[in-house]
Amino acid sequence: MKIVRSLIQRPLLAASLLALMGSVATPAFAGKTLDAIKSRGMLNCGVNPSLPGFAAADSQGNWTGLDVDVCKAVAATVLNDAAKVKWTPLNATQRFAVLQAGEIDILSRNTTWTLNRDASLGLHFTGTTYYDGQGFMVTKKSKITSAKSLKGATVCVQSGTTTEKNLNDYSKVNKLNIKPVVFDTQEATNKAYFAGRCQAYTTDASGLASVRNKEATNPDDHVILADLISKEPLGPSVRRGDDEFFAIVKWVVYALIEAEEYGITQANVDQMKSSTDPVVQRILGTSEDTGKLLGLDKEWAYRAIKAVGNYGEMFERNVGPKSTLKLPRGLNNQWNKGGLMYAPPVR
Amino acid sequence: MMIPPAPPPPPRSRAWSWRSQSFRGLVYQILTILLLVLAVSYLLSNTFANMRTRGIQSGFDFFLQPAGFAIGESLFEFDSSQGYWVAYLVGLSNTLRVALVGIVLATVLGTLIGIGRLSNNMLVRGLCTVHVEVTRNVPLLLQLFMWYFAMTELLPTIEEPFKPLASVFLSKNGLQYPLPEWSTGHWGTVVGLLSGAVAWRFWASRAIRQFEITGQYHPARTHLIGLGILLAVTAVGWLAGGAPGEVSIPEATEINVIGGGSVTPEYLTLLIGLTVYTSGYIAEVVRSGIQSVAYGQHEAAVALGLPRSAELRLVQLPQALRVIVPPLTSQYLNLTKNSSLAVAVGYPDLVSIGSTALNQTGRAIECIAVVMLCYLSLSLLTSALMNIYNRRVQIKDR
Repeated sequence: MKIVRSLIQRPLLAASLLALMGSVATPAFAGKTLDAIKSRGMLNCGVNPSLPGFAAADSQGNWTGLDVDVCKAVAATVLNDAAKVKWTPLNATQRFAVLQAGEIDILSRNTTWTLNRDASLGLHFTGTTYYDGQGFMVTKKSKITSAKSLKGATVCVQSGTTTEKNLNDYSKVNKLNIKPVVFDTQEATNKAYFAGRCQAYTTDASGLASVRNKEATNPDDHVILADLISKEPLGPSVRRGDDEFFAIVKWVVYALIEAEEYGITQANVDQMKSSTDPVVQRILGTSEDTGKLLGLDKEWAYRAIKAVGNYGEMFERNVGPKSTLKLPRGLNNQWNKGGLMYAPPVR
Repeated sequence: MMIPPAPPPPPRSRAWSWRSQSFRGLVYQILTILLLVLAVSYLLSNTFANMRTRGIQSGFDFFLQPAGFAIGESLFEFDSSQGYWVAYLVGLSNTLRVALVGIVLATVLGTLIGIGRLSNNMLVRGLCTVHVEVTRNVPLLLQLFMWYFAMTELLPTIEEPFKPLASVFLSKNGLQYPLPEWSTGHWGTVVGLLSGAVAWRFWASRAIRQFEITGQYHPARTHLIGLGILLAVTAVGWLAGGAPGEVSIPEATEINVIGGGSVTPEYLTLLIGLTVYTSGYIAEVVRSGIQSVAYGQHEAAVALGLPRSAELRLVQLPQALRVIVPPLTSQYLNLTKNSSLAVAVGYPDLVSIGSTALNQTGRAIECIAVVMLCYLSLSLLTSALMNIYNRRVQIKDR
């Protein structure tokens, strides 16, 4: 199945390049993406094929995860139905080309926000949904206790990620002479590491937790080292040239974060509609109409929260204490609770 | 009987008229070329227009910028501060390293199995048939996965490597062994090795001349002496270079083994996978080539009392080669192109490096174009060399 999938995915990249050649060049004008989504009645969303906690499909084909929830929230806002999303699983190398070619509207695939990507790939990051850092996973049996003791070690990496560069930087600064073994899919990387081919597996710490949980015969045999060697702000991105849709995705994420700050949850969102707090009223559209400025209706944020809950709930359900990953909230807590989640006001 | 000469063909009209076939042909050719140019330029201008509107940067300027990523194995020292073009060279050299060795091994194995298919021994014939049928009918990617997982499962762990000899380690990191360190003095060794090889060749052709005069031929003795000459001349070259003797010896550390030369499981997987897969095809090419030689040649060889080995070497193979070489060329090309599956088993070949570069820079079109260009030139070069060889083995009209 996995092999079949990777075989199927290969032509996707070529197809997107062809699409870039074939599609008629038209000047970008605002609202094009939104109109297209509305007329097809479907939001096209690119996700990770298999990273439980961020994006994964169950046996019925239902997608769950933090990255998945972002797309569901946007679908609820724009199409009034969180289920109207067409999921496109993408590997790390394909993702940008597929977004550029217009086959997906949002890329929500644990993608690190960097200058290079933001400035030269024809896309815009709309914000950070998960603050992460690159880490290492090793076996408990090995005598490796810190990233600095990886001298001359072979490390399994997935191709097409920021990981390769970070690994090289860290190896150089600390004179470790780390030997990367690079695979094109996550499945191949997982298999090689768990077969013992590499002494360490490196990717974002959250990804390591997900892989350990899902793939290891006994997760306790593997340790994720405490050292993080990079900053990895992960977030969704959209195609350039459509400021209106860019703003919609950006503000849906902010609304979800602010909903947590003001205590609006999936469960109480209907009661909150009668709240007298002016901030809550603005978010839920019971006083001012903030939606109009985004080309939406009054209840845009209400629908997003109703569909997936606020950011805190998304975190808890997918990667936090209520999930199998049990990742600590850490940097992803609200700004007033020691974290970095700080949404500009919905005003 | 005399054949009457054919009447001269009617003079072809060269007038610029629709009635003239050559004129119509010319017009159609011009139209086709025009359409082709239009289609290509439409696609190109569209691509560039789309890229501009979406703010995708393009150009080959990134080639000189530092690559910034490390490469697991390389024939020569590569530092991540070197440019992308050096990284591409490393990828190309890794592709060549696996393709060249693979071609040699696949040819040897394929020839043996192809001959085995015609053996009188039923067991040999049966085994060779099974090999051909299995290797040709299972997709290469699956075969590579099989070899890779067999290798990563079966080899001893990195922490506890197997030590067949002192300073030789075998583990999931591959085979690590002592390797003489390169120094300028080794140029003497290289010169010695090359002149030794030339001397060996002269010695062998002298033996052939001797054979033509006297009928005496001792191939084993001739080549043993040839090998001796090669070794002696190499040793002289090494001494002339100042006898450099530093050897990098792999050492076990707390967590693994570092230093020395190494052959990684990724390289071995790809080499074995490509060799075995291609040998199945080459075996069929060789078998059909041998069978194309008229049966009378076999009978004549037997009548002369030639043993089977001499019959193959002197009678059948030289004639079979004329049939074998062209399809063999396309198998060589296939092997080289199939090596692009390397990334599936983690070997840093040209495609692997290209896709890393693609992702770091985002220049999809440029990166893929360079990789395509590299394969195209490799294939054309291989074809050209094989065509030269083909002309040499063809029957010559004297």
